[in-house]
Amino acid sequence: MKSMKSGSNLEKVIASGNPAVTAELGPPMSASPDEVVEKANILKGCCDAANITDCQTAVVRISSIAAAKIALDQGLEPVMQMTCRDRNRIAIQADLLGAAALGIKNCLCIAGDHQSFSAAGRLKGHAGAKNVYDVDSIQLAGILKKMRDEGLQEGGDPLHESPEFFIGSAWTPGGDPMDFRPYRLKKKVDAGSDFIQTQGIYDIEMFKRQMAKAVELGVPERTAILGGIIVPRSAMMLKYMDKSVAGVSVPKELIERMLKAKDAAGDDKKKMRELQEEEGKKIAVELIKQVLDIPGVKGVHIQAIEWESAMEGIVKDAGLYPRPQL
Amino acid sequence: MIVGSQKPFDEIWEMVKDFKKVLVFGCNTCVAICHSGGAKEAEELASKIRMKASQEGAGMQVDDLAVQRHCEPEYFEPEMEKVRGYDLVLSTACGVGVNFLSERIGETPVYPGLNTTFFGAVTEPGVFVEMCAGCGDCVLHMTGGICPIARCSKTLMNGPCGGTDEGKCEVSSEIDCAWFLIVERMKKLGTMEKLLEIKPPRNWAPGTHGGPRRMVAEHIKDMEEGEAQ
Ligand code: SF4
Ligand code: SF4
Repeated sequence: MKSMKSGSNLEKVIASGNPAVTAELGPPMSASPDEVVEKANILKGCCDAANITDCQTAVVRISSIAAAKIALDQGLEPVMQMTCRDRNRIAIQADLLGAAALGIKNCLCIAGDHQSFSAAGRLKGHAGAKNVYDVDSIQLAGILKKMRDEGLQEGGDPLHESPEFFIGSAWTPGGDPMDFRPYRLKKKVDAGSDFIQTQGIYDIEMFKRQMAKAVELGVPERTAILGGIIVPRSAMMLKYMDKSVAGVSVPKELIERMLKAKDAAGDDKKKMRELQEEEGKKIAVELIKQVLDIPGVKGVHIQAIEWESAMEGIVKDAGLYPRPQL
Repeated sequence: MIVGSQKPFDEIWEMVKDFKKVLVFGCNTCVAICHSGGAKEAEELASKIRMKASQEGAGMQVDDLAVQRHCEPEYFEPEMEKVRGYDLVLSTACGVGVNFLSERIGETPVYPGLNTTFFGAVTEPGVFVEMCAGCGDCVLHMTGGICPIARCSKTLMNGPCGGTDEGKCEVSSEIDCAWFLIVERMKKLGTMEKLLEIKPPRNWAPGTHGGPRRMVAEHIKDMEEGEAQ
């Protein structure tokens, strides 16, 4: 089927018109493949593909390429993330060729957290590292497109065989300056993004407004926008995201709902956790349904951070299970 | 101007402590304006070193001197005789001055008293902010006069990353997000549409990535050569 750009499962699901579901798998700070294998087996079946993060939060972990290959071997289709932080265009393109040679078919282009991030200060990280940022995420999407569609490297030299990637980018609809964000989305699509995963959405009204703008700009018919859902686990987490995560705002009602669930447990710590997790899953399901109702949205990117076991129930309750077998 | 700040005194003391005759050599241009390496600061640093030396019982002669500029020979050549009489020159010029003097002084070591940090401007008394990184291929006409190379922590060329928060950079709430400023400024100028064009990958070679740089001002060179003939 040569009308496909990459033939990835994610591309097929999107082409079939079904709402797509992607998940996220964060590789560990470890030389053992076990955790990736374990997470891959939990996520497999609950999503069409899973993002394999690239040293997320600027902390050293199994590389996204290696972890993507481990996931692939377990039967979970990876979306390999590629940041601009750690590699120049030579290393990026070499890694893209390597990833394609290993059978990886989806790639998400992102700038990456700055090296000073160090897991939001929770870890030592490598704040004194030299960053690269030879290209930015939009230029990176353009490089992938040029390699795939023209068989050329960024510098112009030919490739014997082109890497056939389904090209993705990230979008923060709620980021400052807000009125520029839909235009930045359009740039990402102009550069070659086949799909877009958004930052976590809690403020549905804001997302609706930004999507309406995107529709005005003619973006959704040229790309597949997957709305980001970060499954909340506690009132504390929601408050933290509202206050500290750029581009994320959490409506008061959601925080209050979680607080209520917490309070219902009295002093019982275990119950406190269970009740909040239950409520969090419910909130996630509601958000998924609301996001999928917005014109122009073609799927959801669900992140159950360090809580992969929650995925199956959420996807089922949202009516997105089983995933299409194409 | 070139902005630098004095190295921590402990680090300076470690550098100088084994020398007998030390000259703290200031520069009265950029680093004097940022209060870190002019005549006044050189004098203060010399006296601090003298005090420490006497506390430590180290017999050390420490003097100070400053010239207008360390980056043009005509300013320091007249003082060279004197400067060469020391065991160590502790320069409080920027890194350019330290390099240049090192090449011309002969046997005397020249050590840096400053950490040279950036090209910047004075945004309020005592506050210096980086504005240009000398990238060699200026794009300010496309970004409303605000530099995405020096002032965006990721040197992005196509708009703000997802880390911008209320106009501040994800790296620190003390840093203005360059792209927030660029977008706001372009809106004001009515030239936002310029930001919708995709800027291709940059050629970084004219910056520090093409090897050490050199610029020849042909007209000046020709003029001088003509006069010499
Ligand atoms: S674009 Fe380059 S030359 Fe222009 S201000 Fe920025 S760093 Fe300096
Ligand atoms: S927050 Fe702004 S200045 Fe900081 S890296 Fe992102 S775009 Fe650049």
